Amino acid sequence: MGPVRTALDAMARRWAGMPRGARVALVVLLAAFFYVLPLVRPPVVTTQQIDFGGVMFGIAAFALVAVGLNIVIGYAGLLDLGYVGFYAVGAYTTGVLTSYQFHWSFFAALPVAIVVTMITGVLLGAPTLRVRGDYLAIVTLGFGEIIRLAVTNVEWVGAAAGIKDIPHPPNIGPDPEPPFGTGGLFTIPSLSWDGLVPSVDTGRETPFLVFGAVSAIPYYWLVLTVLILVLVADRLVKDSRVGRAWEATREDEDAAELMGVPTFRFKLLAFALGAAIGGLSGALYASSQGGYINPQSFPLLLSILFVAAVIVGGAGNRWGAVLGGALVAYLPERFREFSDFRLLVFGLALMILPVYRPQGLLPPRRTIRARAAQEEIDELEGRESAQKEVL
Amino acid sequence: MGERTKVLEVDDVTLRFGGLTALDSVSLHIDEGEILGMIGPNGAGKTTAFNVITGVYRPTSGQVRFLGDPLTGLKRHAITKRGIARTFQNIRLFGAMTALENVLVGTDVHHSAGVVSALFRTPRHRREEAEGHEAAMELLEFMGLASRADELASNLPYGDQRRLEIARAMATGPRLLCLDEPAAGFNPQEKAQLMDLIRRVRDRGFTVLLIEHDMRLVMGVTDRIVVLEFGKKIADGTPAEIRDDPAVIAAYLGVDEDAS
Amino acid sequence: MDFSFLANNIVELTVTGLALGAIYALVALGYTMVYGVLQLINFAHSEVFMYGTFAVAWVFVFVHGRTPSTQTLGETIGLLLLSLVAAMVVSALIAMLLERVAYRPLLKRKAPRLMALISAIGASFALAELMGLRDRVAGWVGLRDDLDAYVAKARDTYSNPVTIQPQTLFEVGGYGVKDVDVMVILASLFMMLALDQFVRRTRFGRGMRAVAQDPESAALMGVNSTRIIRGTFILGGLMAGAAATLYMVKIGSTRQDAGFILGVKAFTAAVLGGIGNLRGALVGGLLLGVSENYGAALFGTEWKDVVAFVLLILILLVRPSGLLGESLGKARA
Repeated sequence: MGPVRTALDAMARRWAGMPRGARVALVVLLAAFFYVLPLVRPPVVTTQQIDFGGVMFGIAAFALVAVGLNIVIGYAGLLDLGYVGFYAVGAYTTGVLTSYQFHWSFFAALPVAIVVTMITGVLLGAPTLRVRGDYLAIVTLGFGEIIRLAVTNVEWVGAAAGIKDIPHPPNIGPDPEPPFGTGGLFTIPSLSWDGLVPSVDTGRETPFLVFGAVSAIPYYWLVLTVLILVLVADRLVKDSRVGRAWEATREDEDAAELMGVPTFRFKLLAFALGAAIGGLSGALYASSQGGYINPQSFPLLLSILFVAAVIVGGAGNRWGAVLGGALVAYLPERFREFSDFRLLVFGLALMILPVYRPQGLLPPRRTIRARAAQEEIDELEGRESAQKEVL
Repeated sequence: MGERTKVLEVDDVTLRFGGLTALDSVSLHIDEGEILGMIGPNGAGKTTAFNVITGVYRPTSGQVRFLGDPLTGLKRHAITKRGIARTFQNIRLFGAMTALENVLVGTDVHHSAGVVSALFRTPRHRREEAEGHEAAMELLEFMGLASRADELASNLPYGDQRRLEIARAMATGPRLLCLDEPAAGFNPQEKAQLMDLIRRVRDRGFTVLLIEHDMRLVMGVTDRIVVLEFGKKIADGTPAEIRDDPAVIAAYLGVDEDAS
Repeated sequence: MDFSFLANNIVELTVTGLALGAIYALVALGYTMVYGVLQLINFAHSEVFMYGTFAVAWVFVFVHGRTPSTQTLGETIGLLLLSLVAAMVVSALIAMLLERVAYRPLLKRKAPRLMALISAIGASFALAELMGLRDRVAGWVGLRDDLDAYVAKARDTYSNPVTIQPQTLFEVGGYGVKDVDVMVILASLFMMLALDQFVRRTRFGRGMRAVAQDPESAALMGVNSTRIIRGTFILGGLMAGAAATLYMVKIGSTRQDAGFILGVKAFTAAVLGGIGNLRGALVGGLLLGVSENYGAALFGTEWKDVVAFVLLILILLVRPSGLLGESLGKARA
């Protein structure tokens, strides 16, 4: 863990020192890299037992959820253990509107799903955000369960059987013709690797741009695009009066209030925005390859994994959230051959990580600086008071 | 001297916690542009009075009027927006934010750009950010903290943290600036600097309420002093009058060492 | 809503609700004490309980073998006492291990509170999975066949070979109150009373309250906080072990994930009563158990859990720090 830790910190420092233009260029390159990754199918990284495109879709979707939850946990400091509830509301709104009760198109249902989830967030937050922080954890946990039990028992949303045939996003270019047509404007082949030698694999083609059963990669591209847009929005909002108000509230709620920050209103805002992104992710999930959701898609455990993603990555840093979400989604899939042990290993990893990276893998940049200063102070003091407080 | 505007009027305020009377029909006022000191032995009700003025506690009876209007029913953040700002006895900065950002939070009181403005970087967002930034930097300059603008508040030395708290409170543009024991933990030299600073703050047009233990500091910097003892006001006058007031001498003599 | 069903079965619903609630309360104590002292949600406490349930089942298997049989409570009382001791020891050991492995290293490194929660979640996963993989683990050490009776059905429901047949003890309003329910309620009350006295009267209890109130002053006054924290985990483990025994008496079977939902309920009970408050755990647990039963009777069993959480939200709205208020430190334990 030691070398990884130093490498990550060094990377973060170098990043902070780079000129703006270089940073933008690097981000663009990175984005391009991720767009083509499932086509390149690099050895080692690529999952062998299950479809790599599908795994990449899962990674992007998880990262999107983590970025949304990071607003709630990382920025505003509110521990939400029921985020899966919002995810479910988004997915079910989409399912009901496009398939089960009505037959709207995907793009008509999407904004409605986001708004409905946002309203759900406000309805849950308005009464509960006044209670003390730690209680919020259990209240939200309860909310997640209530949503799951409600969709299990209410016939109007499909009950235990769930909702199937949720339509995919509309294709670009011609639709595939049955039985074996691929459709799309053109098709893109993937690479396959013999050791380190790549060759073009024409048996594995992705039609551009068809959301169908042939390839999961278009779904991945869609979610990745949404993720990038959300990251940009996240940055614009964080870097404004709103972001400052969140941070001040997280640091010292009473002091923030006495400095004129309407803390309740800003907490509610964080909650609503977080919920909206959760709903957005849920809607994308509902209309993904399978087009099928049921109550078992939204277990309480998923909430716990979301929280783990945010904190493992580094609460308060959007890139940390992306990294955490990606790891939590990817690692269990990559190591499927150890499938019986993957939860055990995941659990152990969650136990080990905090010891070596108490601030998460990518803590907010400021924390890096603060910690450097703290380490100096600690050394000067001879670490005598290391035992005290914090936990 | 002609009649000046009364910024704050405390009118016959009583505050009880259960059976305990923390404030007993206290009346006082603060004139615009003055530095009012509030002193008293430990447990005299200074902090309680401070909290009533800043709206943290609501009086059991009596009224607090700010610029002529009662404060009752206002939320705490709304009181700050009206024009009362404070510092804290035990420093409460936003530790994980930079010095500049701490002050920016103060300037944000009068801003209204929300999520949508931030997303589209509207002219209002740009204007407010620019104004806030300029005002905040100017205040940091005034406090001699400009060179530390980008340091985390929690990494600043103690004295700078105290000054940063004052800057943050001033950034809200208050009509009344309340300082809660700003000299706590200072050495004599720092105290002298603080006295000078408080005078310069007043010269910028601020009205200051100062709660302080240190008698010399209070005597040296205030225009008028209110003395509390056991929740009652026992004296109200210029520093010279207070110095010779028998009731004050009785209250303080041998009661509180470091107050003399 | 089926009011007549509720009215006709009110005694039964109340008694079984109290019995279930008493088990919630015992588990809730573990959450509440650790929270009171460390402000940490000990997410893995559910596994402390779950290991206790297996300890009970294993004692029965050890004495009886795997062949199922049915006995009355009276016939099994000796074996129950033995398994109570085993469960308390096992749970306390697991709790101690948790403290040592999952929390103390973080405490030393001044990790943020949320990170400790992640460690707790990780420990919870790891412990539950370890139990679910117990046949494999036994295989590694070459004891798979010898331990077959204990590691069988690793990811399945693992039953206590002895099913305890409830006997009617007395009748109230036409309903025969069962000995099992009465025993569960009385035993829980006894355990809680003992804990309450322990925390109020012993030196350890005073230290615990001191650390809960103000860790720094407590340290200055010479309280060894490391010892207090470990002791708090052990106490929570002992209570969870007792809860596990009563759970096995009432339910009769367990699984590697049996702790999860029960843990969530117990934590809800702790918050309901006022987290950090020992008596709050009792009140919260009993209230939760009974209202779940009533709610299930009124709206149907499928809404049982919804009733529990809606109740929690409503109570927190009216009393933001729980029914009895929070804090182990303040005033009384």
